[in-house]
Amino acid sequence: MSRFSPANLRLAQEIIRRYPVAKSATIPLCHLAQEQDGYLADDSMAQIAELVGCSSAEVLGTASFYEMFKMHSVGKFCLGVCTNISCQLLGGEELLEHAEQTLGIRPGGTTADGLFTLEDVECIAACTEAPAVQVNYRYFHRLTPQDLDQLIEELRSGALDDVVPAHGTLGKVRQDLGEDRIANITPPEDQIEPVWLRRHRELAEAAAAADAGTPSTAGTNS
Amino acid sequence: MIGTVTPASKMAEGVPAVVSSRFGVPDGHTLAGYTSSGSYKGYEAIRQVLEMSPAQVGAVVKDATVLGRGGAGFPAGVKWGFCPPGVWPRYIVVNGDESEPGTYKDRLLMERDPHQLIEGCLIAAYAIGAAQVFLYARGEMPHAQERLAAALNEAYAAGLIGKNILGTDFSVDIVLHWGAGAYIVGEETALIESLEGNRGMPRLKPPFFPAAKGLYMAPTIVNNVETLANLPWLFNHGVEQYRSVGTEASPGTRLIALSGHVNNPGIFEIPQGTTTFRDLFESEIYGNGIRTGHELKMFIPGGASAPWFFPEQIDLPLEGRLIGGQGSMLGSGAVVVMDETTDAVRAALRLVRFFARESCGKCTPCREGTTWEEKILQRILDGHGRPSDIDLLLDVADNISPGPYPVAADPGNDLEAIPFPPRQTTICPLGPSSVAPITSAIRRFRHEFEAKIVQRDLISVSSEPFTDLPEQSSLAHGAVGHV
Ligand SMILES: Cc1cc2nc3c(=O)[nH]c(=O)nc-3n(C[C@H](O)[C@H](O)[C@H](O)COP(=O)(O)O)c2cc1C
Ligand code: SF4
Ligand code: FES
Repeated sequence: MSRFSPANLRLAQEIIRRYPVAKSATIPLCHLAQEQDGYLADDSMAQIAELVGCSSAEVLGTASFYEMFKMHSVGKFCLGVCTNISCQLLGGEELLEHAEQTLGIRPGGTTADGLFTLEDVECIAACTEAPAVQVNYRYFHRLTPQDLDQLIEELRSGALDDVVPAHGTLGKVRQDLGEDRIANITPPEDQIEPVWLRRHRELAEAAAAADAGTPSTAGTNS
Repeated sequence: MIGTVTPASKMAEGVPAVVSSRFGVPDGHTLAGYTSSGSYKGYEAIRQVLEMSPAQVGAVVKDATVLGRGGAGFPAGVKWGFCPPGVWPRYIVVNGDESEPGTYKDRLLMERDPHQLIEGCLIAAYAIGAAQVFLYARGEMPHAQERLAAALNEAYAAGLIGKNILGTDFSVDIVLHWGAGAYIVGEETALIESLEGNRGMPRLKPPFFPAAKGLYMAPTIVNNVETLANLPWLFNHGVEQYRSVGTEASPGTRLIALSGHVNNPGIFEIPQGTTTFRDLFESEIYGNGIRTGHELKMFIPGGASAPWFFPEQIDLPLEGRLIGGQGSMLGSGAVVVMDETTDAVRAALRLVRFFARESCGKCTPCREGTTWEEKILQRILDGHGRPSDIDLLLDVADNISPGPYPVAADPGNDLEAIPFPPRQTTICPLGPSSVAPITSAIRRFRHEFEAKIVQRDLISVSSEPFTDLPEQSSLAHGAVGHV
């Protein structure tokens, strides 16, 4: 059943420690599994369920809500063409149609050689650089149909392998939050008033009490 | 064409770059860059803040009137005050899920100046007494995730985050978390659900106002990336300088993503409240004019959820309350310009399709309504529209957002503005947002819809299908060939 590699399993356990409640690690662990395999396998979801302490149906329930998790293998390159309003205004829909022609697939489809999966995506926050495209979530801006053909060629030839990692890989730098670094991650029910707040509250209370005790203000304040 | 275009960020004369001063600095995203470039020296504000009491810090933010930049424009200092006293823990969740169509600024803030955001988080955490900060970045933004992770690692190593920050008793962790593609997760209660490892479906408010019952049912402050990114500059320069830009009710600056049919689309930091849409579209330092040879037909002043504006509204300043009164909203700082070549029905369909796809499905009027809105608009566009479809669209819309829907004034037809916000039969505002493009387009461009509802002839099997047909036949409802 175990699907995570030993190194990824250690990483998974480290990720879980960052959260006061283990279930919060569900989505990060799904990403980790997808990074390892290119998609989110049933076995992975079962293992994640064990790790975060819920049922595998719950993991599937969560994962299936989110667009980025793929429950089956996809192309090496997920090519998402934005057709939302800012891109639509500058040719996003036509660009998507051109991509369909070039690749011979419809959005959602994968080319027979397993290289490309085409997607018709919603706004990817590059609206001023329309029409915008992402390949495995790496940005390409202001593309003409000719640019897109060239991009597809370059991806095919491996010329962009440094820029576009395999599907599933997101941020390549990881937050390093080993046990020695963590300041205060405890379950919510064990949390108390933070020390700096308590110190300032006590200071304020002491000042108020002192004020109340001094004869000059006693008459007005007590 | 590779995604390395540096979006324009030029400042009008005399306007300080509050949040964008390191956008053009090559190493502005590093700790060294943050402390040696930009409109203030990085990590000076937190040193100053640690000398103040948490209550004083909150008061500064309140006095400055730092309006939320995520959409609703609620003042951050006031929101912080909503945490019930004596209830622990408190959490901060930073909303970096930017996905409102037309919006592009939080991604830049995370990619180009991650330490600015981190310092903003620290200030907020100190003020409210947060046990932990969760920095929720959008899933589809790996570059932002990398920059944030690298910056967090640097800041931890420098003793700026974690245990006993800068040698004081202030300790807090900032945990980077990212989503997996769902617009609705940007809504604050859905964001919390998602952070708990669940489907990102909004919670009902009341009772689940995050400040009272948020993450793990504990008091939680959800703030937008840009909102928190304002704080380091504010504490370096003071309330007075912060308030010297913009207006009384909307002080400071705002990042605006100007996209669509302008000569110079880009991200601009503009003074809030005083800059007009005309300035934004026409000024050389901003849009530099509507696409040459074309004219303005309509524009969206605040992201896909905002009702449309038209040439009559171009002289309005970008001031939240005023725009609300005029029937729309400034939302997330996304201004989308459409010239006369734009097909109003096609634009409306694309926006509605977005809401239909992104509806979380929790409430029936939104789940079913947005689906029907899309279907009807699609068939109109495909030439299969029925004469009753325009009214049907408005009827479906009325089930999601009953009563008069916010819309801009149309002086040419003696129609007044209906102020924002819309009413809703739903849990969150996504459903009602889907109505904005429909009512905006129909009120102004009804003729475009009508023109697409083509007149089709009755095609009969027999050349004499009816006998004794009355002169005024009342065929079934929605009969073809009727205009
Ligand atoms: C459907 C929907 C989507 C939203 N998306 C975002 C978003 O992507 N980013 C954001 O900061 N706020 C978004 N909001 C607003 C948040 O609910 C919340 O008001 C905001 O994050 C609060 O931060 P602020 O007070 O600093 O603006 C969205 C709201 C709704 C209803
Ligand atoms: S309005 Fe739509 S998106 Fe919002 S909770 Fe209801 S179904 Fe979900
Ligand atoms: S609309 Fe295409 S990136 Fe925003």
